[in-house]
Amino acid sequence: MVDIDVRLGLTPTDLALREIQVKRPDEVVELNGDDSAEFRLIQEHFPGSIISSRLFRGEKTITIKKDNVVAIGKLLRDSAETNYNYLSDVTCVDRLGVMAEGEDRFEILYNLYSMGTFNRFRLKARVSEDDTTIDTVEVVWPAANWNEREVYDLFGITFNNHSDLRRILMPDDWVGHPLRKDYPIGGEEVEFTFNVREQ
Amino acid sequence: MATIEQDKIDQQLLEKLGPGVDIERVDTEDSELMIVNMGPQHPSTHGVLRLVVELNGENVMKATPHIGYLHTGLEKTMESMTYYKALTITDREDYLSNLMNNLAYSLAVEKLMDVEVPPRARRLRLILNELERIASHLLWLGTHALDIGAMTLFFYTWRERDQILDMKETLSGVRMMTSWICPGGLRGDTPEGWFHQVQKFVDGFPKKLDEYNKLVSKNPIWVERLSGIGQITAEDALAWGMSGPALRGSGVAWDIRKANPYTGYDEFDFDIPVGSKGDVYDRFLVRMEELRQSHRILVQALKDVPGGSVMTNDRKVAPPPRAELDTSMESLIHHFKLFTEGYHPPIGEAYAAVESARGEKGYYVYSDGSGIPYRVKIKGPSFNNLQALPKMAEGRMIADVVAIIGSIDIVLGDIDR
Repeated sequence: MVDIDVRLGLTPTDLALREIQVKRPDEVVELNGDDSAEFRLIQEHFPGSIISSRLFRGEKTITIKKDNVVAIGKLLRDSAETNYNYLSDVTCVDRLGVMAEGEDRFEILYNLYSMGTFNRFRLKARVSEDDTTIDTVEVVWPAANWNEREVYDLFGITFNNHSDLRRILMPDDWVGHPLRKDYPIGGEEVEFTFNVREQ
Repeated sequence: MATIEQDKIDQQLLEKLGPGVDIERVDTEDSELMIVNMGPQHPSTHGVLRLVVELNGENVMKATPHIGYLHTGLEKTMESMTYYKALTITDREDYLSNLMNNLAYSLAVEKLMDVEVPPRARRLRLILNELERIASHLLWLGTHALDIGAMTLFFYTWRERDQILDMKETLSGVRMMTSWICPGGLRGDTPEGWFHQVQKFVDGFPKKLDEYNKLVSKNPIWVERLSGIGQITAEDALAWGMSGPALRGSGVAWDIRKANPYTGYDEFDFDIPVGSKGDVYDRFLVRMEELRQSHRILVQALKDVPGGSVMTNDRKVAPPPRAELDTSMESLIHHFKLFTEGYHPPIGEAYAAVESARGEKGYYVYSDGSGIPYRVKIKGPSFNNLQALPKMAEGRMIADVVAIIGSIDIVLGDIDR
């Protein structure tokens, strides 16, 4: 745990905060296949690609392996039952400090929405630290274009077949990916500091 | 080699576009192609947006937005603060709809903590949100008209917007970044006379709205200038992830207040205005009608505001009342711990979205069980709306680009975060 905390760049205060965390029962319901249309669909067409499926505070989340992400996206969009025709957001979680032993480090999140049923659904794909690539879902939802560029910029995940994979928020010559948990806060020189030093 | 004639054209173009624009001529096979760099410091780009446009004469062949000039790593900052402190960051990203950002973040944290909010707080949140929507739309209307070249409207809309800022100041002491809506309820109840102030504004607002309409809506120059430009179809708008008035202008009747009601919007009657052609004029009309609908909601919401507390009595989130601190040691300790280490949501994740003045504003919060959020993702509506800008601008005239940027009502703080 210690070396991870050093990598996280946490201050002693942060560490103290982390130690006194209160463990509450995790109110997570593991879904079985009969409960949700999404689970059934994915299980039927791509058996073996679901890692986990859960319901927390009324929000459905299904975690899948990254290999079939484009096909699964198409399936969820085109099936009349689910009809997730609107991609509201793509983002990533770097689970450096919280993942279990042997799990993949990154989770790419697709925040899906259906304009027909007004339902929201979260699709997650796991990406490992050794191979930070995943296929782009631009062909399914064009809106993914900038969102995936943001994930590439801030987390360093490469999207295969992306039409325009460049940094979007950080300068083009920036080194590193700031939202990774092992990227420290601070440590960067304040701009124009050299003016002060010269005086 | 630039000829004298070309220099003259460049000069005319520069005069037309104002300061903050430089021109670069590129030698290509098609000698007419010119690259113009709009921004990042240009008044009509509403912040620090840089737009590289390839021009053939006055026609835009290609438009590429470059963003990130306002990126300050707000998400990273929020991931190092307690849940309560991180609230203050939400004010500062979409700086024109602060209370809506507060609400979206609070809803996400409340969902994570499973906290119920008392009825009075719910109603006040709704009233504050609608006031904020009016203030934000008024700012948009004034600056949009300014971009087009109609100066007068700006002074009228600013006058009314200032009254709403006054209300926020009476309530909290701060005019913009109030952080007044917090997880669990509100930071405090309304001071004496506040409802009177709001009621006075609400009573007089329809007349003001008619004034704006008289000034521009049917003005032939205004209509001619806006209709038919920057068109985008409903299919394209959905595919590019647009939301809010920009999406409704294309005819998609999607409003989160109706589709997934929050904080009691389902108790009131209001309509969702939609456009038919998806051009700049339709988006203008949609926002003008939204001002009227917000007023309609306010009239209903102000009628019978429920009494009681404005903060939940769930002590996981709410501090103990002041009076208890004098008599109870446990309360004092609890108060101290709540404001030093903060509250601890269970391990899990939650997403909550509200309909802000610009569209779907959402917060995704991932908790690892500690007092600071492990990951916060801010979903800003302007980000996706701006993404669709090239689709709207390409093939149009350069002068239309300014009108199109105004019509999607972007806030760069929301895009760059």
